[in-house]
Amino acid sequence: MSKELIRLVNCQMAFDDEIVLNDINLYFNDKEFLTLLGPSGCGKTTTLRIIGGFLKPTGGDVLFDGERINDVPPYRRKVNTVFQKYALFPHLDVYENVAFGLRTAKLPEDEIDERVTEMLEIVSLKGFENRRVSQLSGGQQQRVAIARALVNRPKVLLLDEPLGALDLRLRKDMQNELKRIQQAMGITFIYVTHDQEEALSMSDTVVVMDKGRIQQIGTPEDIYNEPKNAFVADFIGESNILDGVMLEDCLVKFFGRKFKCVDRGFEKNEPVDVVIRPEDIDIVKADDGHLCGTVTSVTFKGVHYDTIVDFKGFKWLIQTTDYHEVGEYIGIRLEPEDIHIMHKSEYSGMFGDYSSYSAEYEEMDDPDLYPEDEEGEEASEGTENEE
Amino acid sequence: MKRFNKVFTVIILIFLYVPMIVLAVGSFNNGMDIAVFKGFTLNNYRELFRDSVLLPLLLNSVIVALLSSLIATVLGTAAALGIHSMGPRMRRLSMSITNIPMTNPEIVTGVSLALLFAFVGTMLKTNNILGFATLLIAHITFNLPYVILSVMPKLQQMDPNLEEAALDLGCTPVQAFFKVVIHEIFPGIISGALMAFTMSLDDFVISYFVFGPRFVTLPVEIYNYTKKPLHPKIYALFTLLFVTILLVMVLMNVLQAKDEKKRRDERSRLHRRQVG
Repeated sequence: MSKELIRLVNCQMAFDDEIVLNDINLYFNDKEFLTLLGPSGCGKTTTLRIIGGFLKPTGGDVLFDGERINDVPPYRRKVNTVFQKYALFPHLDVYENVAFGLRTAKLPEDEIDERVTEMLEIVSLKGFENRRVSQLSGGQQQRVAIARALVNRPKVLLLDEPLGALDLRLRKDMQNELKRIQQAMGITFIYVTHDQEEALSMSDTVVVMDKGRIQQIGTPEDIYNEPKNAFVADFIGESNILDGVMLEDCLVKFFGRKFKCVDRGFEKNEPVDVVIRPEDIDIVKADDGHLCGTVTSVTFKGVHYDTIVDFKGFKWLIQTTDYHEVGEYIGIRLEPEDIHIMHKSEYSGMFGDYSSYSAEYEEMDDPDLYPEDEEGEEASEGTENEE
Repeated sequence: MKRFNKVFTVIILIFLYVPMIVLAVGSFNNGMDIAVFKGFTLNNYRELFRDSVLLPLLLNSVIVALLSSLIATVLGTAAALGIHSMGPRMRRLSMSITNIPMTNPEIVTGVSLALLFAFVGTMLKTNNILGFATLLIAHITFNLPYVILSVMPKLQQMDPNLEEAALDLGCTPVQAFFKVVIHEIFPGIISGALMAFTMSLDDFVISYFVFGPRFVTLPVEIYNYTKKPLHPKIYALFTLLFVTILLVMVLMNVLQAKDEKKRRDERSRLHRRQVG
């Protein structure tokens, strides 16, 4: 696509004895919108802080334009950060907050004025120059934070869950806004989030992380359609994950039945994880089905019903616009494209069974479920209170 | 029960403030005997301001208080910054070490400082090391913990990302401190400085052990006065001192209340917005 800007080589990070990042190899292209996606404690914020210069990796190298920058302090890096809780300067008004970086760089007054005014226009905050930041709404503070970072014309903008504190509606608006700004300014965005939907809708590239390791790198479509392991399949969207055996190329056996699929390149009789997305499953009459089962729970979700079906004790989630009553005996049909095969991994067997299904899975989008996120790692470092 | 509480509070306040009231009334008394009020007069104050011994001593006290609180504020703020950046275990240890001198009996601090100065004096082969410098050093020493203690909580309340944001926007750590951090912890610095000033202004016990005949502060001199009958102008002086310290304390409380109100307002506004 375009040239490489930042590269992490075998990056490791350990706080005391706890390994937070394990052998991260990753490169970031110019003008790319890349998202680091993963649950709380997966190391995504740590990765971002290493790029920002706030943390020094305990192993490996950080390269910027081919140059090693491990020991370059944050104030000499050509990156700027939008912090999770904005971190606007309370003693300065909107204008001075945005002008902060330019004043520090001692630019001439007329250039500062020109750039700040232009930037405030880009983030639609014209006319707010003299407001105190405490008088702004969450969304407005967010935009000041973005303007304050972008006005310095960084090569890379780092965003640490910047929309986490906003309500759902505002978050959607800001997602579009951010994407628009990124395209208009033509700079690299490195975006950290635990919200898979946000990641899929905004990014050019998604990096899925867990337990300090990269699980998969790819375009949003790749990540969704071709998850590499059970963790990715479960974290990105909903997935039914079953044990299967790959009989030969394009033929897989699970639930005692052979199914045609489109995956190849596996060993003969290799045990595999089979992923079936709930929205790909067609419900048919029991007689016509490849598999038959009993509906055990139905939840209305607006666009579709979440239908849980019990197949021989293994419960599947099926998303369908047709209503099927609890207790109904139904069949399902699976087309070859509906079936995705993955190699076994350490995550096999941990995900994809809806036996303990709860209708609240959408709550994953709720930032409050991840209080403080990875700041836990920081707390042991420095921000802990007395007592 | 409520009434009892009120009565009790009033009784305690009387106990606390009656001595001061007696003193203040005495300072306006036209007569030498504190027990007999012979009529209102400002003569004592007039005489106080004509006094050529007490006033220079008051000036001495103010000089020491100003200098020591200023230096202690700078050093204490720097120390608080250092302690704040330590790991949690080291920080707890440092804070305990900081707190001990405050609970230490003043007389012990005074004697040990005197011994230290005597020791240094012997090393320097001088007999009269005690003077302005030793007094100043002693005052800075006992002022330091108060400054650290009032700056520390401000640093902990501060969003740690603020300093990082400044670094991110091109500030060196020193610039980040002066452009951002100091604004956040300023209320703590001010209240630390005021506290140090008042502690220093009226200190007697420690000063008594480390002062030299060339530089005497007011509390030390007044102690000598108490051996003979007190002239009512001393009452006037005490009243003024009391009022000064009272004003400083009120100022400190007002500043703190203002700061807290601001913080509360901001938080509630932010909270409302996020909910609404």
